[in-house]
Amino acid sequence: MKAAAQNTGDQETPEFKKDEVVIHVKGLKKDFIDKKVLKNISFDLKRGENMVVLGKSGSGKSVTIECIVGMLKPDAGDLTVFGKEVTAMNDDELKQLRMKIGFLFQSGALYDSMTVRENLEFPLTRVLKLKDQQDIDKRVEEVLDAVGLLDAIDKLPADLSGGMRKRVGLARTMIVKPEIMLYDEPTTGLDPITSREISELILHMQKKYKTSSIIITHDMECVRITADRIVVMDDGTFIAEGSYKELQKSANEIVRSFFTETT
Amino acid sequence: MAEQAITGWRKWAEGIGEQGVFFARFFRNIFTGSFEWSEFVRQCYEIGYRSVMLVGITSFIMGLVLIVQLRPSLVELGAESMLPKTLAVSLVREIGPVITAIICAGKIASSIGAELGSMKVTEQIDAMEVSGANPLQYLVVTRILATSFMVPLLAIMGDVIGLFGGYLALNITDDISFPLYFNKCIASLDFSDFLPAVVKTVFFGFAIGFVGCYKGYHSNKGTESVGIAANSAVVTASLWIFVIDAIAVQITSLLFYK
Repeated sequence: MKAAAQNTGDQETPEFKKDEVVIHVKGLKKDFIDKKVLKNISFDLKRGENMVVLGKSGSGKSVTIECIVGMLKPDAGDLTVFGKEVTAMNDDELKQLRMKIGFLFQSGALYDSMTVRENLEFPLTRVLKLKDQQDIDKRVEEVLDAVGLLDAIDKLPADLSGGMRKRVGLARTMIVKPEIMLYDEPTTGLDPITSREISELILHMQKKYKTSSIIITHDMECVRITADRIVVMDDGTFIAEGSYKELQKSANEIVRSFFTETT
Repeated sequence: MAEQAITGWRKWAEGIGEQGVFFARFFRNIFTGSFEWSEFVRQCYEIGYRSVMLVGITSFIMGLVLIVQLRPSLVELGAESMLPKTLAVSLVREIGPVITAIICAGKIASSIGAELGSMKVTEQIDAMEVSGANPLQYLVVTRILATSFMVPLLAIMGDVIGLFGGYLALNITDDISFPLYFNKCIASLDFSDFLPAVVKTVFFGFAIGFVGCYKGYHSNKGTESVGIAANSAVVTASLWIFVIDAIAVQITSLLFYK
């Protein structure tokens, strides 16, 4: 609780150390009842880096980020975020960690009984425990302005289009100024123009708030725009890693199949 | 066959264990963290105020029907003057609380189950959890406390309206003044009629809120699960109401009607 009182989302972005590892994963394994979903996942995410995870549906991409944020407990392996082992954290430590990690769900996961304003106020009042209404209003308007949806402030999620919902979801996640962002298929279900806008917005928000990101996507345009580094996942393991240009020339058939349509 | 039976028993035992954990988490969350007053008040409005009409109409009809049904038997026994007393005692002790609770189980437990179930399906509960907020405190504690608080109030209101219904039915065949009728009703009621009835409605309300929240919060992913959550919330809450009623009647008769 002590740390919760200190974190108001106002703190300066930590000193930018280019090679500082914010997420370290080694030998991560996760089984469900009848399926080995993660077989042996290892990677490091550096501060300020955008890492894209590509892979077929059911290859274990979402499970990986759900383990990172503590929604699922891995069966084996090391998983440290900001140098602390996630699996060894108690409820309070996990809560503190989650305040530093933003998670954008595929659906946006907006609270549908609340207006856009109330959706954005929710993490400020419940997580950061802010009391000053002027400060809250200022933050809400600032982040909505950043995603270009200031006009929609009093609308209900049901009145928003798919793209607008994703933008509000992104704004709600960004309002607490997380140090790490996890995106679960941020452009799925959107038309190509809106997908591109969301991808550019992700890049813009990453630069503005200096976040490190893991982006799970199938959208190659999103990959091209946002990725500093790409890892390709298949059947619970990483099978390739590199930049967009490097992977375009990959000899691996599965890897190449992702790039075929865009080359 | 045996394997299926074992799996069935294991699932049942797991369900009981999960409910125990959910119950413990609910209680822990009442006393830790900041209480969501505004959400509690909103839930009281949604649960209580929006059920007033339904409970009112049902109770009115119940009072009316009870008088119509009781009258021939009491007339036969020459105890027509006992009608207000019989109605008041049966309504306040048993019929009012149980009928109100059953109506609330149908209306409130299903709506809580469906609402939380759809929030689960659309990842809203997960979103709250991964943001570092406490969904149990915001969604569960407020709803269970609101049902525990509002169902007794609805039951008391239902009792009063039921007595009005009885007065109307009595005036169709007999001529009795309103003050006399109500004096007879009130005089026939004792502290031991009123208090246990109110106390058991608190438990009815708790069961309705708890079952609705548990079913919704633990629904599977998929739209079908929302319907299942709502449906099983009504069935389970109704069953619990009768179980609690049976226990309450035994305790009350031991304490008050020796």
